[in-house]
Amino acid sequence: MTLLRTNDLSAFYGDFQALFGINVTVEQGETVAVIGANGAGKTTFLRAVAGALATAPETVMFDGMPIGHLTPHEIVRLGIAMVPEGRRLFPSLSVEENLLLGTHSERAGPWNLKRVYELFPRLHELRHLPAPSLSGGQQQMAAVGRGLMSNPRLLLCDELSLGLAPVIIRDIYDCLGAITAEGTTVVLVEQDINRALDAATRFYCFQEGRLALSAPTKNFDRTAITAAYFGL
Amino acid sequence: MEPDRVEQETTAGSVLDLLAVRAQAALSFVQTGLLQARVTETGVERVERGTQASRIFALVAVAILIALVAMPWWGDAGTMRLVGEMAYYVALAQLWNLLAGYAGLVSVGQQAYVGLGGYALFYLTGPMDMNVYWALILAGPFAGLMAIPVSFAVFRLRGAYFAVGTWVVSEVFALFASLIAILGAGSGLSLTPAILREISSSRDVRGAVLYLLSLAISALVFAVVYLLLRSRHGLALTAIRDSEPASASLGVNTFRTKFIIYIATAACTGLIGGLIFLQKLRISPEAGFSINDWTVVVIFMVVIGGIGTLEGPFIGMLIYFVLRELLADYGSYYLILMGAIAIAVMLKAPFGIWGWVIQRYDLQLFPVGRRLALAPPEDAAKR
Amino acid sequence: MDWINILIQGGLLGGFYALFAIGLSMSFGIMRLVNIAHGDLIVLAAYVALLVVWNTGLDPFLSLVVVVPVMFALGYALQRGLLNQTLSGGLLPPLLVTFGISIIIQNGLLQGFGAYDHRLQVGAIETASLRFPGLSVGVYPLVVFAVATCAIGALQLLFYRTRLGRAFRAVSDDADTAELMGIDNRKLYALALGIAMIFTALAGVLFGIRTIFAPLSGPIRLILAFEAVIIGGLGSMWGTLIGGMVLGLAQAIGAALDPTWQILAGHLAFLAILIVRPSGLFPRTRD
Repeated sequence: MTLLRTNDLSAFYGDFQALFGINVTVEQGETVAVIGANGAGKTTFLRAVAGALATAPETVMFDGMPIGHLTPHEIVRLGIAMVPEGRRLFPSLSVEENLLLGTHSERAGPWNLKRVYELFPRLHELRHLPAPSLSGGQQQMAAVGRGLMSNPRLLLCDELSLGLAPVIIRDIYDCLGAITAEGTTVVLVEQDINRALDAATRFYCFQEGRLALSAPTKNFDRTAITAAYFGL
Repeated sequence: MEPDRVEQETTAGSVLDLLAVRAQAALSFVQTGLLQARVTETGVERVERGTQASRIFALVAVAILIALVAMPWWGDAGTMRLVGEMAYYVALAQLWNLLAGYAGLVSVGQQAYVGLGGYALFYLTGPMDMNVYWALILAGPFAGLMAIPVSFAVFRLRGAYFAVGTWVVSEVFALFASLIAILGAGSGLSLTPAILREISSSRDVRGAVLYLLSLAISALVFAVVYLLLRSRHGLALTAIRDSEPASASLGVNTFRTKFIIYIATAACTGLIGGLIFLQKLRISPEAGFSINDWTVVVIFMVVIGGIGTLEGPFIGMLIYFVLRELLADYGSYYLILMGAIAIAVMLKAPFGIWGWVIQRYDLQLFPVGRRLALAPPEDAAKR
Repeated sequence: MDWINILIQGGLLGGFYALFAIGLSMSFGIMRLVNIAHGDLIVLAAYVALLVVWNTGLDPFLSLVVVVPVMFALGYALQRGLLNQTLSGGLLPPLLVTFGISIIIQNGLLQGFGAYDHRLQVGAIETASLRFPGLSVGVYPLVVFAVATCAIGALQLLFYRTRLGRAFRAVSDDADTAELMGIDNRKLYALALGIAMIFTALAGVLFGIRTIFAPLSGPIRLILAFEAVIIGGLGSMWGTLIGGMVLGLAQAIGAALDPTWQILAGHLAFLAILIVRPSGLFPRTRD
């Protein structure tokens, strides 16, 4: 069943148009990648879905319900969680407090502190430290954990690999498997194409606010992707 | 190759329009780099300042000014007092608007300079036995000088904290004034009849002189503000207001610009303060540094009329005086009403009445912006 | 000059000023809102207490039972109904709207109660003092200082040991991301002002017992609260207590030299600290 569908989604920052009529569908349980260069509109797309950008109600449909007009916190309660670009952990809070913050939407589900620590054992040791004292990779894990704590049906991940060493990126993507095994639907926004395409079953390529290409990831021709990515 | 020049045809082409353009030019006599003709492939672009509406308005304004200046011959003392009050309030409003609306310095302490100017006038004419006109001339610079050390303290603060900080400074001045014996301490000072006679022995003539002074000072202040905004500094101010870091990165000396504006505004406010208390005949710490009289009312005028515009303070001033006259019998209810109106305006129309007008009709009566006038391409082909 | 008693008196005065400052500090810390009407709300609380005392004959301390919930509700409604709408417009709307509210409260009180001074009376405790060899400590200021310390302690507990406090800190750090994590910012801000008003109510009533108040007494209380916060350093509650004590000390010293110099001495100390150490004594904010 279709969990997320956007209908002709357009988004503006003041007078500047960032998205032009995006049509995306995500089926329940899927992992879908959204790739594109800087400024292609990928983060804008996630923010629009998460409610941080106001749009017309019917342009974003979640589980058949229009959500375009809802506020972010209402959308979290419905089951969409965001792992923001750049992690955005709360600096005044410890690691554990950051994780606990994910529970404010009061949704039931398999994810709790214990399970998140099982997924990211390193976080358990660091749990009482202030969030800024963690390394980039550890912060990313904490940010993912924080998102999971709201037991989302749909997890939006914005640039998990940003600023991280390849080894760390691999560790994080390995954990993704455990997350999808619980049935969580995942949308991955990435600039690192290979990682994204390996993890996902389908992908969308954005280019300057428009959808340039969409296809299954299996065996897809990379030259076509490069052309769409750069708008050639 | 011969530069092409294409003239913009005046649509009215009449004598009146020519007069209007002359009046327009008369009102803005110092122009640096006013019209720059640039040659391009497609035609000529001209950087223009005037608009049709502003030219018409310029004519009307000149007519009104003539009527106002002539009032001692056709008006009575009461009306002159009222119009004089309107004139100095609009000047105070223009100055606060310059600080807050253009320079982004929201001060809730400008009453300090009103009081300082007033006390300067009283001290110079009283204990220092100076001629009243000289004292008035010195009141402004005195306030401006006092603003220098003040700025060292308050410029440490930003935003709303800056606002409250300026308020504290004003309270400090008021407290000093109430403690210093030679300034009359808590009860203040009065102007002696001898000082008043320096202006004139006749009360009517005095009233007329003070009225014309009020007009003159108000016009002077407005001219200063207007020219400042039309100059390079005005552009710098708008840039700073929009984004301080961005303008700093472009080479605008933000601190110096804000500093100069703050001192200049303080000096002008001091001059007005001297005039106000010259008319009131006595000064006390409470009256001189009254936040209600010199700041609350002024802020309301600017906010309701339209902050960040030159037309706004005039509109706000008119609305205030209408409200004040209408609600005169109801005690301080008119202040409650003004408070409620200000809140409503801030929430629904944050750019005030004139801001709303600009948005809907794109009118500008006092042009400070620069508009690019594009010549139609086919004219360039005619050679 | 009985300097020790003067210093004690000044330090204890800090308790009052800290109570004044808590509400302002919370508003700014959580909502980035400097509430110009803060002082007037303190005075309003005193007037509410006066009404309760007049109509029920209750002791002013007991009137808090009514005043605190009333002020909490007022704060919640004010933030939810009015102030929340000003938060996204930049610097001017919150400043000017709270300024407008300040004018409305002042003139409303003026119309309702007239331009008279009032004071809440509680009897003997107002002038009682504890006597030690060489020392005389006022009982009432001591009690208020204790209340202020407990209030700040309670607030720290709230911020660092509760779920709600965690949400407050998160919103204070990054309001956008907090919303993306499922926090209802608007409700949280309203709750924050409501809680701030609990301390405002305490401040209004307790200070109204010590000193006379009138409809236009708000601004000076705002300024004192503001000075305590700036001296102590933005973002630190305990710093605000210290700031209040420094302010009280400066005032006490000034008053000892000449009673009319009391308030001025406080202002001058504030300006001096502002010039020399603009971020305050114990600054903590990330802005």
